[in-house]
Amino acid sequence: MTVESTAARKPRRSSKRTSAAKTPQSSEPQLVQLLTPEGERVEHPDYQIDLTADELRGLYRDMVLTRRFDAEATALQRQGELGLWASLLGQEAAQIGSGRALRDDDYVFPTYREHGVAWCRGVDPTNLLGMFRGVNHGGWDPNTNNFHLYTIVIGSQTLHATGYAMGVAKDGADSAVIAYFGDGASSQGDVAESFTFSAVYNAPVVFFCQNNQWAISEPTERQTRVPLYQRAQGYGFPGVRVDGNDVLACLAVTRSALERARRGEGPTLVEAFTYRMGAHTTSDDPTKYRADEERAAWEAKDPILRLRTYLEKQKLADSAFFTALDEESETLGKRVREAVRAMPDPDPMAIFEHGYADGSSLVDEERAQFAAYQASFADSAEEGN
Amino acid sequence: MAVEKMSIAKALNESLRLALDTDPKVLIMGEDVGKLGGVFRITDGLQKDFGEGRVIDTPLAESGIVGTAIGLALRGYRPIVEIQFDGFVFPAYDQIVTQLAKMHARALGKIKMPVVVRIPYGGGIGAVEHHSESPEALFAHVAGLKVVSPSNASDAYWMMQQAVQSDDPIIFFEPKRRYWDKGEVDTESIPGPLHKASVARTGSDLTLVAYGPMVKVCLEAAAAAQEEGKSVEVLDLRSMSPIDFDTIQTSVEKTGRLVVVHEAPVFYGSGAEIAARITERCFYHLEAPVLRVGGYHVPYPPARLEDEYLPGLDRVLDAVDRSLAY
Repeated sequence: MTVESTAARKPRRSSKRTSAAKTPQSSEPQLVQLLTPEGERVEHPDYQIDLTADELRGLYRDMVLTRRFDAEATALQRQGELGLWASLLGQEAAQIGSGRALRDDDYVFPTYREHGVAWCRGVDPTNLLGMFRGVNHGGWDPNTNNFHLYTIVIGSQTLHATGYAMGVAKDGADSAVIAYFGDGASSQGDVAESFTFSAVYNAPVVFFCQNNQWAISEPTERQTRVPLYQRAQGYGFPGVRVDGNDVLACLAVTRSALERARRGEGPTLVEAFTYRMGAHTTSDDPTKYRADEERAAWEAKDPILRLRTYLEKQKLADSAFFTALDEESETLGKRVREAVRAMPDPDPMAIFEHGYADGSSLVDEERAQFAAYQASFADSAEEGN
Repeated sequence: MAVEKMSIAKALNESLRLALDTDPKVLIMGEDVGKLGGVFRITDGLQKDFGEGRVIDTPLAESGIVGTAIGLALRGYRPIVEIQFDGFVFPAYDQIVTQLAKMHARALGKIKMPVVVRIPYGGGIGAVEHHSESPEALFAHVAGLKVVSPSNASDAYWMMQQAVQSDDPIIFFEPKRRYWDKGEVDTESIPGPLHKASVARTGSDLTLVAYGPMVKVCLEAAAAAQEEGKSVEVLDLRSMSPIDFDTIQTSVEKTGRLVVVHEAPVFYGSGAEIAARITERCFYHLEAPVLRVGGYHVPYPPARLEDEYLPGLDRVLDAVDRSLAY
């Protein structure tokens, strides 16, 4: 893997300066790939993978159901059932590939778009919708599935992952930790600090950057002048760029990085080179900042389509499998829809719960005031009767 | 003998030692806390006795220190982190406010954040910029955090024990210009709860409320006032979040007058909160408006001017006189 950086050279004052300012990423990047966009299996010298037909179908099923869940959530937002949704459309392979590389005792620190990773961890997808509906700020117990709460502030969770991994090492456990973040987060100081801490303490953490090319409307070129995986070099640990739309490569590369962490060899940065096909969230409009041709070019690299082509060509799945999966998708969509609509607003008194583990006299006082205020409505209603 | 005379710095050191000794999950993290023992030597000798795995020298990155402490807390550890000086806490402010303070609520109570953030704060030591600030109100304003500050060796010892045992994140402000003040510490007799104010001196004409470095100034002011025949009660707030308003109320109902003193700027400071709440609670007992004495709404001045900026004996006595004149 090359670590040479063009940006590290002195900029030359020449007429070529404008074109030189284009990052190396604009050229076709070097990626670890095991399944081409045409659905052909290829080999890589460093990353081999040998999966059974069952396992391959499982990965396909994970991606299809995750995309279905995501589509349902987007629709629910459009119907006013959710206040916001952050779609993962296009990033299914990066999430399912890395998510399926994890062991149960590994710990995941997601951002707010890791619906596919949550799926792999066994988190009920309806749990993910509470914060987008506005009934809580997360709400699930992170220790049930070793899947931490969604983190909205960009990059904060990479430090939590690093600290957790430092704890894993202290405990003498051979679990690993994985931190998800995006290309935009790579500009944040916390991500840089997490690289420093994890390298210095040799923490068993894998940094999984989904470079989906856009941080809301800002392209990756606005975040970096060198390919993101090369950042790792400066911190003293390996970085690798994987085809983020290739579920097999994502699985193989993440598995390898996790194993390295388990062996006590420290962190790895994985850059999954992928594409966010939809908007950043349902609040933005990608047609204002990117060209239709760009999306079309990435559609040709669709992670689900390429695995389906492979499964069909290799006769690893028959039409009965695909039909059954279609039905399972519809059932999931229906379940999600019904669960969201049935999600009650929390009791107003819940505002005062969980601010503090040991309680607070200030909260107690305000809770009592609020309760009395609420009760005053009940009294006046009675008087009205 | 359970009672020993020691400085606040020594009391903190002994308390941290006890915490490390009692619970193997307690960790100390920060810049220079290991071999050096911290720039104020509060962690002196702890790494030597407990090892680099328990007393951890960190990279120079405050957000990283607090952010990784959060991760360690999620893994079941109880980190005590040191921010070297008050003005250096701001790179970590994001992690403290958006993450540390909210994690428990975000998880609907299913996870706890037993992290202590130690911050030597306040002026009076002739330091350069960013080494003398009192940002406590910025933390007290954030729900999910608790903010405390001891003013004497006994409280330094015991409040640290209580902070470490708390399952909530505690911002522990240490009055750095009092580090070398000595007092008696009874290491066997456990005092009252962490968030309860104490009566440092009883009086009947006026109540002075202070915390941390200003308690000593207020005690001196009360002694000086006594010579003029004025009986001043001094309350040591100890906790800026939550605030023990009951103790203040009891005192003000007796004296009818309240002056709040702190080093931090008066504008939007702790004194404003105390004045507002006590006015609500004690309106018919008050003989005078609640007065405040504190810093000005200016950047902390260069050291040669800090004596003008910091509330001293005369400014406190002036406020006492103004209150009594109503």
